[in-house]
Amino acid sequence: MFNIRDLTKRFSGQPVIESFDLAVPVNGFTVLIGPSGCGKSTFFDLLMGIVTMDRGCLAWQGKEVPDLRGLAAYMQQRDLLLPWLSLLKNAALPAELAGMASAQIRTTVRGLFRILKLEGFETYLPAMVSGGMRQRCALARTLMFARDLVLLDEPLSALDAITRRQLQSYLLLLQTEFNKSILMVTHDVEEALLLADDLLVLTAAPMRICERFRLEAPKPRDITRPPFPEIKAQVLARLEKEAGP
Amino acid sequence: MKTVHLIAPALLLVVCGLWEAACRMGGIPDFILPPPTRILVVAVGQVDVLLPHATTTLVEILAGIGLSLAVAIPLAVVMHTRPVIERALAPFLIASQAVPVFALAPLLVVWLGYGLASKVLMAAVIIFFPITISLLEGFKSCDRDYRILFELMGAGPLQALRRLYWPWALPYFFAGLKVGVSVATIGAVIGEWVGAQQGLGYLMIQANARLKVDLVFAAILWLSLMGVGLWGLVGVIEKRCLWWRKPA
Repeated sequence: MFNIRDLTKRFSGQPVIESFDLAVPVNGFTVLIGPSGCGKSTFFDLLMGIVTMDRGCLAWQGKEVPDLRGLAAYMQQRDLLLPWLSLLKNAALPAELAGMASAQIRTTVRGLFRILKLEGFETYLPAMVSGGMRQRCALARTLMFARDLVLLDEPLSALDAITRRQLQSYLLLLQTEFNKSILMVTHDVEEALLLADDLLVLTAAPMRICERFRLEAPKPRDITRPPFPEIKAQVLARLEKEAGP
Repeated sequence: MKTVHLIAPALLLVVCGLWEAACRMGGIPDFILPPPTRILVVAVGQVDVLLPHATTTLVEILAGIGLSLAVAIPLAVVMHTRPVIERALAPFLIASQAVPVFALAPLLVVWLGYGLASKVLMAAVIIFFPITISLLEGFKSCDRDYRILFELMGAGPLQALRRLYWPWALPYFFAGLKVGVSVATIGAVIGEWVGAQQGLGYLMIQANARLKVDLVFAAILWLSLMGVGLWGLVGVIEKRCLWWRKPA
């Protein structure tokens, strides 16, 4: 569906990402995991055209594209809900700005709110709900972009462990319910094992893929059972090595 | 009522008490420094004299606020969307504030006459700067991630202004407006001092010439109340516009 070839970015001569290659399959859940500061967020900024790449090629369904604007939805670490808009209006924003009819927007958002268990909270302001609900609203907004590819930049990193576990099941819905292709970065190994079809371990800057794991077990998974504990140990060992002393 | 709300009135009472005592016990004549009770008597007793003048000054201030908003808001928007224009205009904006309003007042009276227009412009000149700068700072303070989000949503400049930048900058705008309305009286009164036929500034000049210092102070009291009233009104409008904000 989407290929990255030879992606390279330097800041002040220092390589952040070097000759990075990746293929994201249709309806696949690809997870990138790497040590802090390895360039994961810069990577998404490059893909979305927020930062310009020095070298490389992005191909969308075989066609070369400058970036993924208009092709992918991007969910950042923070929920970025507008505090003056209700949850419903926040989620509706992408469709509203795109000029979709308001009746259709309302129907679509209400449908998403039902699935994401936000029903009844449509008129609430972001400040009136929990962090988990805010993140689910941000997820609804991401879905309102109506794109086949979704980029998730550590979307659950700001949440506590219990809320994160609950929300992981909602992220799975992106793949199972909404048939999206997902490319996610995270620093949480367990989260990666729960969600990924392809788990790619990254090196410290300059960012490259140093190890790949193909996880074919059905979801939802019990990651306490083999082969996950062994994979987890391998991933952690690799991350520790990359993080350095 | 919370204790904190009583501090200002209590402080005012203490100052007025000391002032009253100094006038009475020091034997200061009324034409030099009238006691607060005398000022209060004049301020209330001569409503028929003060009210028409106060109305004129209030009209000048409100028109000045209106004019400054009509200039400041589009100017801040243009400066935000076109940084080149901001860089080009910044020296002139700062220079406009460096010129004392006293220096401008006679010129404005010559150009615009003794009527309302020169005072309105004087008030507007004073108000528009804090509003423009505050609003511009508000636009600039918009979080980078939100700006990126709007960019990725494909929002046009007007959509981004309406849905993101304007609500984001509103608290800054109101902070600037509060400063503006507090000092708006200065512009109007200076304009009236230089040349007017009506207004509290004009009344102060006339009363001062006749050694009616109590009436001068009564006019100052009315002006102060006008300033406080406008400040409070802006506060009420701010609360209504920023209803979504959590109380501090």
